[in-house]
Amino acid sequence: MTLCLVDDDPVSLETLTFARRLGDVEALVFGEADVDGYVERARRVVHELLDEYAPEAWAQTIVELEPDVVVAPGTDRGHEVLAYVAARLDVPLAANVVDVSLDGDVFQLTRQRWGGSLLEEARLTGTPKLLTVAPHAVAAEPAGVATSVEEFTPTLSDEHFRVRVTRREEPTAGTVRLDTARVVVGGGRGVGSKEGFELLEELANLLGGAVGGSRVVTNLGWRPHSDQVGQTGARIAPDLYIACGVSGAIQHIVGCKGAKRILVINKDQNAPIVARADWAVIGDLHEVVPAIVAELRKNGPEGGARHC
Amino acid sequence: MNVLVCVKRVPETGARITLTPDAQAIDTSLLGFTISPHEECAVEEALRIMEQHGGTTTVLTLGPAAATEQLQNALAMGIGSAVLVETDGGDWSAEATAAALVEAIRAQSEPFGVLLFGNEAADTGDYQVGVRVAHALGMPCVTGIKGLAIDGEKLTARREVGGGWEIFELPLPSVVTVKEGINLPRYASVQGRLRAKKTEIERIHPQPRASALETVKLVVPPEQETHVEILGGADAATRVVAVLRELGLVA
Repeated sequence: MTLCLVDDDPVSLETLTFARRLGDVEALVFGEADVDGYVERARRVVHELLDEYAPEAWAQTIVELEPDVVVAPGTDRGHEVLAYVAARLDVPLAANVVDVSLDGDVFQLTRQRWGGSLLEEARLTGTPKLLTVAPHAVAAEPAGVATSVEEFTPTLSDEHFRVRVTRREEPTAGTVRLDTARVVVGGGRGVGSKEGFELLEELANLLGGAVGGSRVVTNLGWRPHSDQVGQTGARIAPDLYIACGVSGAIQHIVGCKGAKRILVINKDQNAPIVARADWAVIGDLHEVVPAIVAELRKNGPEGGARHC
Repeated sequence: MNVLVCVKRVPETGARITLTPDAQAIDTSLLGFTISPHEECAVEEALRIMEQHGGTTTVLTLGPAAATEQLQNALAMGIGSAVLVETDGGDWSAEATAAALVEAIRAQSEPFGVLLFGNEAADTGDYQVGVRVAHALGMPCVTGIKGLAIDGEKLTARREVGGGWEIFELPLPSVVTVKEGINLPRYASVQGRLRAKKTEIERIHPQPRASALETVKLVVPPEQETHVEILGGADAATRVVAVLRELGLVA
């Protein structure tokens, strides 16, 4: 049996789409995620102790089902839960897989190293086989099947709850999530200062998007680390990434390569990021961005943005 | 409260990765090396715990003899003692790495209250060594942490999720893997560097073990160079807005 871990992170549906390559897949759903149409069989985990995320309890649920293969999203939770399963069963975990093919009982797989700027081709043998799927490696696509959902109650006790979420702080109302934003306006060293980001904020607001920054920018304290786009920050996948004054180091590129289109605003036509762009404006962002904002405002005070 | 921090020596890759002719490793002949970024923050966090709560700090790495450079960097930042789990330099699997670290940790004379790791090594990106070590030592573990506080026998850890935070409370001792952003690491002082040179590094020679996940080869992905359309210079605003309209982002 191939099990696919599903939680409320949107990456779960991509993972489920990827897991179907391995044949018959059963979704193991924690929380309220809707997998209708993605897979024929799903189990929704219900347990009186399981009101919040608890990695050892999730791992125990997987172990109890004795799967041959487990696929999980390449998210904090996916990695954490499968690492616990791997440790308990003393088997390998292949993290951030982007491709897999079956050769008899062997998985020939490709996985990301260096946040995806290097790939590793590897052979995975033995049972069970554990892998996480890199975010945005595939697009989520329903399979057009009817899904039957059964409830499943694992055998859990207090020992599985040493680690659990005890409380949450919700994001400030109205903030656009960087990792799911349709538009991201990113800034690099070229923005010049903390205050320089006000221009980018204004453009992002008009487009209903989020503001991001390069590692330089977060290390300089111009933006909080939560705004970092890159190997040590967020992986974004917007319809459009507007990169302002960003040179395009590998560390940053791996964070934004999920963007469908890239528009660069940079003084230097030879900056590495220009070669990755669909459109480029060669000029000073401090002049170009206000001009774009002014042009958008001709559509009205909201700039005519289509908020989705 | 004694704190252990585990780090990894990784190359500074800069603009583009080049492989060795057999495609088994990165060609590092022209590269410098550093502590993997999340782990540099783990070193800083270890120092902050010591400054607040007292106790000792120890840095440990599994790697070649040259990894003494990274241990010395951590010592120069203020870490008290260092252990090198010495290999011949090839990549070790996550299972083998964790087993060797566990053996080295058990051999230390004093118990640790907190064991810090980076969330994932910058190079191999396995996302699991900390959890494996915790499991072997019977300790709880939480990963991907960007905020940490210790109060008596309790550790509170914060993980960023979807713009908000999940807060975990763990008993001590525990293992925490941290992410960049938990702090801004300090620079080493001149005195720190001098002291680091004089500190003797303990060496342990671990036994390798095979893994059921075997690397076949490494591949540098083809660069997705796009056809870039230059929209102009500072006067390009109307063309930019036309693009935004074309993409359906503005009416």
